[in-house]
Amino acid sequence: MNIHEYQTKELLRGYGVAVPDGRVAHNVDNAATIAEELGGERWVVKAQIHAGGRGKGGGVKVASSLDEVRQFTDELIGMQLVTPQTGTEGRLVQRVLVEQACDIKKEYYLGMVIDRATQRITVIASASGGMNIEEVAKSDPDRVIREPVDPAIGLAGFQCRKIAARIGLRGKQINEAAKLMQALYKCFREKDALLAEINPLAEVNDGKFMALDAKMSFDSNAMYRRPTITELRDFDEEDTKEVEASAHGLNYIALDGNVGCIVNGAGLAMATMDAISFHGGKPANFLDVGGGASPEKVGNAFRIVLQDPNVKIILVNIFAGINRCDWIAEGLVQAMRDQDINVPIVVRLAGTNVEKGGPILDASGFPFIMADNLDDAATKVMATLEASA
Amino acid sequence: MSVFVHKESRVIIQGFTGQHATFHAEESMQNGTTVVGGVTPGKGGQEHLGLPVFDTVHQAVAETGADVSGIFVPPPFAADAIMEALEAGIGVVVVIADGIPVQDMVKVKRYAADKKAIIIGPNTPGIITPDACKVGIMPSHIYTPGRIGVVSRSGTLNYEAVQQMSELGMGQTTSVGIGGDPVNGTDFVTVLRAFEDDPETEAVIMIGEIGGPQEVDAARWAKENMSKPVVGFVAGVSAPPGRRMGHAGAIISGESDTANAKMDLMEELGVHVVRNPALIGATAKRVFT
Repeated sequence: MNIHEYQTKELLRGYGVAVPDGRVAHNVDNAATIAEELGGERWVVKAQIHAGGRGKGGGVKVASSLDEVRQFTDELIGMQLVTPQTGTEGRLVQRVLVEQACDIKKEYYLGMVIDRATQRITVIASASGGMNIEEVAKSDPDRVIREPVDPAIGLAGFQCRKIAARIGLRGKQINEAAKLMQALYKCFREKDALLAEINPLAEVNDGKFMALDAKMSFDSNAMYRRPTITELRDFDEEDTKEVEASAHGLNYIALDGNVGCIVNGAGLAMATMDAISFHGGKPANFLDVGGGASPEKVGNAFRIVLQDPNVKIILVNIFAGINRCDWIAEGLVQAMRDQDINVPIVVRLAGTNVEKGGPILDASGFPFIMADNLDDAATKVMATLEASA
Repeated sequence: MSVFVHKESRVIIQGFTGQHATFHAEESMQNGTTVVGGVTPGKGGQEHLGLPVFDTVHQAVAETGADVSGIFVPPPFAADAIMEALEAGIGVVVVIADGIPVQDMVKVKRYAADKKAIIIGPNTPGIITPDACKVGIMPSHIYTPGRIGVVSRSGTLNYEAVQQMSELGMGQTTSVGIGGDPVNGTDFVTVLRAFEDDPETEAVIMIGEIGGPQEVDAARWAKENMSKPVVGFVAGVSAPPGRRMGHAGAIISGESDTANAKMDLMEELGVHVVRNPALIGATAKRVFT
C-alpha cells in the first residue's frame, strides 16, 4: 500500500525527521494562503500522486511569488501528470504540497527495504542523492552502501555511524545522520513498511539534514494492525476495477490486450497470460479468483473482466485444488444467463470434480469452446480471435 | 527415498480443529499420511478425527513423537506458531497461511537461523511425497510416485506442471511448494540440494516467477553442484513492472526481476528453460529421457 508524499512527511515528522514546513492544498486559494502563512520568499509546489518521477514530468515547481504559487497550483491541479512511472495516460493531480523552499548544500540518499537476498531490513545510503538509486547502483555500485539489520538486535548505533562515515559525513553530522536513521528505522518497524526512501536527503545551510522528498510503502498483509496507516489509503490513486475486484475477493490487474483471463491461483494466472503471449496474443488482464471460488465469485469475475471494452474473448482456466470444477461450471452458466456476454468463451477445466464440470457446461446449451489443456486453450483462443477478425 | 517428508513421517497439524485444517488432514490421511494428532491452544485433551488434541506443540511432540507440522493457523498468529514448532524440535514445518506480515517472517527467519529445521512456505500449497506423506492443500490424486522432483513458488502452476507430467507418464519423488512470499523459509537452493542428495530423484523441475533473485541463485548453485538435469520455467513474462501479481513476492522491482531476465540467465547456467508454460511436461520428457 502506497501513501502520498505529504502523508509520508507528516508521519516522519512525528518520528523526529526534519521535513520542510508545508501543507497540502486542494485549490489555488488554499495554496496561496498556505504559502503566505509559511512565509519566506520561495516555495515549492509539488503535485501529489503516488507515482514517482514527478520532477521529470513537470510536477514540481519552484515559485518566487504568491502569484506564482497560484499560477503553478492552477496548472498542476486537474492535469494528467505523465511521469516515467505512470504510463502514457498519466495520473490526475487532485492536490499539491506547498512547502517552504530551502537552500541545499548537498544531497544524499537514504532508504530502507526488506531485501530479498538477505531476507532482512537493509539500509541503503549514498552520497549521490536526488538521483534514481537503481541507476546509481548500476553505473557506480561503490557509491551505494548497503547494511542489513539483524532483526534480533535492531539497527545498531555503530551501524548508523559506519554508514554515515561511508557516505562521506564527518564530525557532528555523523551523529545527526545516525539519529535520523534510527528514527526512520523505528517508523519502518512500527508501521510495517516494505520500503522507505528519503531522496534527496538534503544537507541544509545550518548543517542539519532535511527530508526534501520522502516515499513509503506498506505491507498490506500487516495493515490489520496499523489502522493509522490504513486511513491514509487513497482510492483515487487506484484503478476502480481493481478496487471493486478486491472487494469481491478477486485479484485483478488491468493490462492492455484483448484476451480476458479468469484463472485460479496467481502462478497459473501469470502462466496463462504467458501462454497467450507465447501464441502471439495479448492478455487484457490478470485475474485470480482464489481458492474456494463460488458461482457468485465467478459471476463477479466476468462482470469485472467485461468492463474492459477491449476484451474480445475470455479464457477461463481453472485447475481446481481447493476449488471445485462443478462450482466453477455452475458459475459460468449462471454468468451467461445473467449477463449480456457477447464474446466467445474458451474454457479449460482440470483437477477436483472435473468429471462433473464438463457435463454442466454441455447441458447448458451455451457455446463454450472447450479446451483439453493449457496449450489447447491458448491455441483455441488465437484461432477464434483470427476467425472473428 | 524422497525429500523432507516420507512414509515414516509423523505429522501434527497446528490449528487442527479449524475447518480447512480438518478437511485437509482427513484428505491427507486417506492418501497414506500418518497424522498423529494436532494442536489447538485451549482445546488440549479433546479428540479430533480420532486423534489427540494438545495445547502446545511441545506436548504434542512429547506424546506422539511428531517430526513434521502442518501450520493452518491464520496469518496474524502464524509466525508465533512457526517459532513454537521450531522450539519444540519439529524438523519440517509447513506453513500454508497466505498473508503473514513480511516483518514477522524476517523475525522467524532469524529465530530459525540456529535451528536445523526446514520451513516450507508460507503461502504454499505444501509438500507431497505421493502415496506416502502429504502436508498441505494440494489435490493428492494428481500426483503419482516417480523419479522427478518438483519445486515451485506457485501452487496451481505446480498442479499444472504435475498434470502435464502425468499425461506423459512421469511421476514425482516429492513435490515442494516453497511459496509465493518475498521472505520465505526454504529457498530453491535448499530444495535442489535435497533432490541432488536423494538417490531416487533423477531430475528436477523448478518453477519460479517474477521478483527476487532466487531462481538465478538456484541455477548458479546447480551449475556448480548438481549432477541431475533441471528443467526450469519462470512465470510472468507478460506481467507489468511494479505490480504485485497476486503473490506478495511476485513483483518486478528491477530489471533482474523480470521473467525473461531470469530465464536467460538460467539458460546460460545450464538449466533447460521452457518458455511456453504449456510445454513444461513435454520439455521434461524430452530432456529426461
